Amino acid sequence: MSSAPSAITVQSVSKSFGRGDAAIRVLRDVSVDIGAREFFTLLGPSGCGKTTLLRLIAGFEDLDSGAILIEGARIDHLPPFQRPVNTVFQSYALFPHLTVAQNVAFALEMQNFSAAEVRRRAGEALEMVRMGAFAGRKPSELSGGQQQRVALARALAPRPKVLLLDEPLSALDLKLRKEMQIELKQLQAEAGITFVFVTHDQEEALTLSDRIAVMQGGRILQLDTPRAIYERPAHRFVADFIGEINLLDGQVAGPGKVRLDCGAEIAAGADQGTGARVTVAIRPERATLSQGGALPAEVTHAAYLGTATILQLRLANGAPFLLRAATANLPEIGAQVTLDLPPDALQVFAA
Amino acid sequence: MNLRRLPLTREISLAVLVYLYVPVVVLIVYSFNANRTATVWSETSLDWYRKILVNPSIRDATWNSLVLATAAGIGATLLALAAALGMKSGFRGKGAVEAVLNAPLILPEVVVAVATLMLFVAIGIDMGLAAMIPAHIAFCIPFAYLPIKARLQGMNPSLEEAAQDLYANRFVTFRRVTLPLLWPGIMAGFTLAFVTSLDDFLTSFFLSGPGSTTLPVYIFSAIRAGITPEINAISTIMLIVSVALVVTSFLLGKMRR
Repeated sequence: MSSAPSAITVQSVSKSFGRGDAAIRVLRDVSVDIGAREFFTLLGPSGCGKTTLLRLIAGFEDLDSGAILIEGARIDHLPPFQRPVNTVFQSYALFPHLTVAQNVAFALEMQNFSAAEVRRRAGEALEMVRMGAFAGRKPSELSGGQQQRVALARALAPRPKVLLLDEPLSALDLKLRKEMQIELKQLQAEAGITFVFVTHDQEEALTLSDRIAVMQGGRILQLDTPRAIYERPAHRFVADFIGEINLLDGQVAGPGKVRLDCGAEIAAGADQGTGARVTVAIRPERATLSQGGALPAEVTHAAYLGTATILQLRLANGAPFLLRAATANLPEIGAQVTLDLPPDALQVFAA
Repeated sequence: MNLRRLPLTREISLAVLVYLYVPVVVLIVYSFNANRTATVWSETSLDWYRKILVNPSIRDATWNSLVLATAAGIGATLLALAAALGMKSGFRGKGAVEAVLNAPLILPEVVVAVATLMLFVAIGIDMGLAAMIPAHIAFCIPFAYLPIKARLQGMNPSLEEAAQDLYANRFVTFRRVTLPLLWPGIMAGFTLAFVTSLDDFLTSFFLSGPGSTTLPVYIFSAIRAGITPEINAISTIMLIVSVALVVTSFLLGKMRR
């Protein structure tokens, strides 16, 4: 990806809302390179700055400092209607007084295509999202999923270099959301353009993205592939935000050794010096039940999921521990067990 | 709880309706009375309507009222639209500006009318329609402003962003998206301003000059000579025109939703 020319370059962008002492810094010196035809996701909790970054790229907000480039050309001084990007809004923002076809044709008319060309391209865009049969309807006559498709068609019709998507699936129910995720991914492959996708749903981000930028407090904490973010989170926040994870507090007891607060001493590679407070993180599926394991625990609850069983355990100091186990040979509720924590499955963060 | 089950609900509602509308109903009924004395019923007749149609002073007053209400409605609606659009952005003193815009709703009209009269006399403006139009525009602004503002507040702000995102510049965004979406509010605002101007007596009375008598001013001067069935007929027509306008505007607004 690094060899391809960048579709979008964000250089040291900062943005505050409000003035003086009341100013809130929403983005702090954010830099990111997004490759051509990449499915790039900005992921984080609400208020992390992800939507503001998207709105800066679209041109709905002015940046305080830094620069934004598309294919090497600076665009941050241009109004939204001169930027080669289109947006799919969280609320869809379909024009209620226009039909589906008129909505999709809107940008094409602005670009002064001939009437025949406008009709042809709008028709193509509607076919792409399988909404051709609804061309004459008003947006209010469509379901949420159909409005979502029309919003996509409207943004794709002018064939932008970059499509910006602001939590486009958040208003849909779970089943429809899963379907639309697959469709989005296919559409992106078909259209062959860069997608910048904003979401607070980590599962959605893992499913869809080529790369994810995890944001918090106006900064990008980690920028990597979904796999690397899940398996090698660089921050305690990232580890906690993405998927299920056990976070165990403890103290470095010596080289390669951590004494957890529950009393168990485990092997874990820590950069911190002896005596430093640390947090050890391990995914529920990476720990295993094993005789003579380093971490004693008591089984408190079991949830059968079909493909696996989630065991809720309690450590000696009362801290909870989640374990994803195969469904065969399960211990009973109340049984005392020991867990093996493979050192390569552990991440150690400064506390 | 079902309100209809409460004791006396029906009786109280009827009493309030009677209280509100009996005078109007009496006025309408007596406009069809053949008797010269307005309060004594003899037989049904359309004579008074025929008479007011051929009465030149009533025709002139009607014309003046319509010209004034149209000019005041258009002027107030344009200013109110500009104000509502301007008030969309936050700025210092926004609350104060809003209060000033809506002041005509609260200020005693007689005071404003006298003040306007004194100002116009002081700067040498002749009384008449030309003086009445700007004065009517001023007090009609809040009636036009409130429905437009309500419509604007109910509008998803992403719609204008979406238009700009789809390559429409600010002017085209206004013409193709903002204006059509505000249209029901603009129509409602115009109707309210129009009806308010049509109905106004005080300001018109103070500022009217020779040949600029409006219907309410005419009715007032005619009534000093005694209540005649003619007055009933004029009032009935004014009532019907006002109600018809408001209902039409309401239905149009509903249709466009």
